[in-house]
Amino acid sequence: MSTFLGMPVVAPRGVGQLRGDEPFPAAARTALANEQLRRNLGHATRTIRAKRAAVVGEVPDWEQLRLAGEALKAATMARLDTLLVQLEEQVTARGGTVHWARDANEANRIVADLVRRTGADEVVKIKSMATQEIGLNEALEAEGIAAWETDLAELIVQLGHDRPSHILVPAIHRNRTEIRDIFLREMPSVPADLTDEPRQLAMAAREHLRRKFLSARVAVSGANFAVAETGTLAVVESEGNGRMCLTLPQTLITVMGIEKVVPTWTDLEVFLQLLPRSSTGERMNPYTSLWTGVTPGDGPQEFHLVLLDNGRTAVLADEVGRSALHCIRCSACLNVCPVYERTGGHAYGSVYPGPIGAVLSPQLTGVEENASLPYASSLCGACFDACPVRIDIPSLLVHLRARHVEEHGPSAEAISMAAVSWVMARPSRFRGGERLMRLGRLLGRRRDRIAALPPPLSAWTASRDLPRPPAQTFREWWRSRNG
Amino acid sequence: MRVALFVTCLADAMFPQVGKATVALLERLGHEVVFPEAQTCCGQMHINTGYQKQALKLVEHHMRTFEPYDAIVAPSGSCVGSVRHQHAAVAERAGRRQLAARAGEVAARTYELSEFLVDVLGVTDVGAHYPHRVTYHPTCHSLRMLRVGDRPLRLLRAVRGIDLVELPDAEQCCGFGGTFALKNADTSAAMLADKLRNVLSTSPDVVSAGDSSCLMQIGGGLSRLSVETRPVHLAEILAAT
Repeated sequence: MSTFLGMPVVAPRGVGQLRGDEPFPAAARTALANEQLRRNLGHATRTIRAKRAAVVGEVPDWEQLRLAGEALKAATMARLDTLLVQLEEQVTARGGTVHWARDANEANRIVADLVRRTGADEVVKIKSMATQEIGLNEALEAEGIAAWETDLAELIVQLGHDRPSHILVPAIHRNRTEIRDIFLREMPSVPADLTDEPRQLAMAAREHLRRKFLSARVAVSGANFAVAETGTLAVVESEGNGRMCLTLPQTLITVMGIEKVVPTWTDLEVFLQLLPRSSTGERMNPYTSLWTGVTPGDGPQEFHLVLLDNGRTAVLADEVGRSALHCIRCSACLNVCPVYERTGGHAYGSVYPGPIGAVLSPQLTGVEENASLPYASSLCGACFDACPVRIDIPSLLVHLRARHVEEHGPSAEAISMAAVSWVMARPSRFRGGERLMRLGRLLGRRRDRIAALPPPLSAWTASRDLPRPPAQTFREWWRSRNG
Repeated sequence: MRVALFVTCLADAMFPQVGKATVALLERLGHEVVFPEAQTCCGQMHINTGYQKQALKLVEHHMRTFEPYDAIVAPSGSCVGSVRHQHAAVAERAGRRQLAARAGEVAARTYELSEFLVDVLGVTDVGAHYPHRVTYHPTCHSLRMLRVGDRPLRLLRAVRGIDLVELPDAEQCCGFGGTFALKNADTSAAMLADKLRNVLSTSPDVVSAGDSSCLMQIGGGLSRLSVETRPVHLAEILAAT
């Protein structure tokens, strides 16, 4: 283990998926024009919102659980360094090997080397956000190693040569007819008369995946939690395909963001109540797999844990921004977000979309490289209410907007904002400003409304009218009344 | 009771009828309304767009203007939300501890109109008469920053002659969001389109809300559709007799 001293680094460019090709407003415009996407997303988020609301509503101490989750995460971040070293000691003592990866490139290198050492040329994968973040599949492919996604939705995304658009439901943007077409095109064994009936689709995927499970010698997973005091890793999933990967192959490689550690075994009690109800809307998670190091004669006989930084230490360095690291990837904030519901996940350009992505991605990459994301929110606050660990996402968005303005040079917007502030800092100037605004009365005289304005206000009038400014402001009325 | 009206810059300049209605309502209930003329803007637009340094001047000015008053009332959940949840944080971020403490004190005496009526004055029946079909949009900051809950609806239910109809998906944002409406105009318009569909599904004469900003968004969309439904602020309904 090398000791790194100096400023924490952000996630590198050119590897993985944390940055989009275009700013959010442009990407959103493309997504909004896709009627099918809007319908798929509207239907899916509405369904999952209702499920979540029902199962959260039946827990009498839900708010206390949220407070506990928040407190545990805050306490963890405050001594993350100590806990990670403790985790390493425990995993090592139980027969595992721990690797520290500063960024995506290091993590990909470590995993590729480990796979190659086993002599395998393919791996089965459990759904994992960390490996999507670092672009592990692409990196392995470049080394001649095939990575097979085994989570049904990830499989759909992989076979469709597509990108995930949701943290929990990566193929949320696809409906079942689209999925059938992908299977017919990409799965060699699938019968030509495959319908879009969900059971048929699941059976086709099952047959496809069974062969992979039985032949693979190496599995790659992420982790939902890692318990520092025992060295135990946890993966939470719904299909059981993850458990196949965790138990059948000889070698297991787990890539985990450093923020996933929890101090003690009993802390899992809180998170395993919060997570399933918030994410899938289930009372209890179907497959919760826990493993500690290596057990001779049972399960993988070689276990590697790759601890991934990739910008997380930089997030930790911001005392306000660091609460984004509390996220347990439930995606409740995506499902309640009015922006996400309409644009979908691809518009965010990162594997972390939606409200949490808008505060996490810019911090991992440096705010300037994802500067449009903190503005991709109306600050309606639905995300904060839904978050099981009470991340105050609206306040984080405002904080990151301020960081963007502070780090960014002068702009036309900065000049106009300064001008408005100058006007509003003195009542006399403000009155003058109001009088100036009255020039707007020259517009829209015919129908008493303004339907077209020059840029940047044309962005308003493209879809909305503006009322004609009144003949008398409130303060003028007040003066005339009390004068 | 002596009440300082924080009219908000938007109502002052664009929707003076909202300020006048607030004055009429509070005076009818037997209270003295004063309008500190030095007031300008709470700075929310600057804060939410990232311009905290410029916002700090406005926060300071707001403190100076409203510090002398025991009760400050605004016909806006959003502006009160900024005073209560952002002002101290802006001062804190700038290292201005003392200003942050002062901001906290002013915030504790600042109320959104429905909060003030129900919690401080203890009235739900304000003696209003409004014979129209009305649907109510609860506005995000009133709901989720201030937690005003059903206070506006309790006030509206007590209005005589009103035909109050429930708005489907009422708690969804209308898509305004300050400069969001300009920076992400397409997404904002898509959110507005769904809000309008829900509003019109109730066939109301009037869509009401406790924020002029959200009503400007909803009203701007309605105006484009050339429908009869018009935006009216909660204060105007409660002031009507």
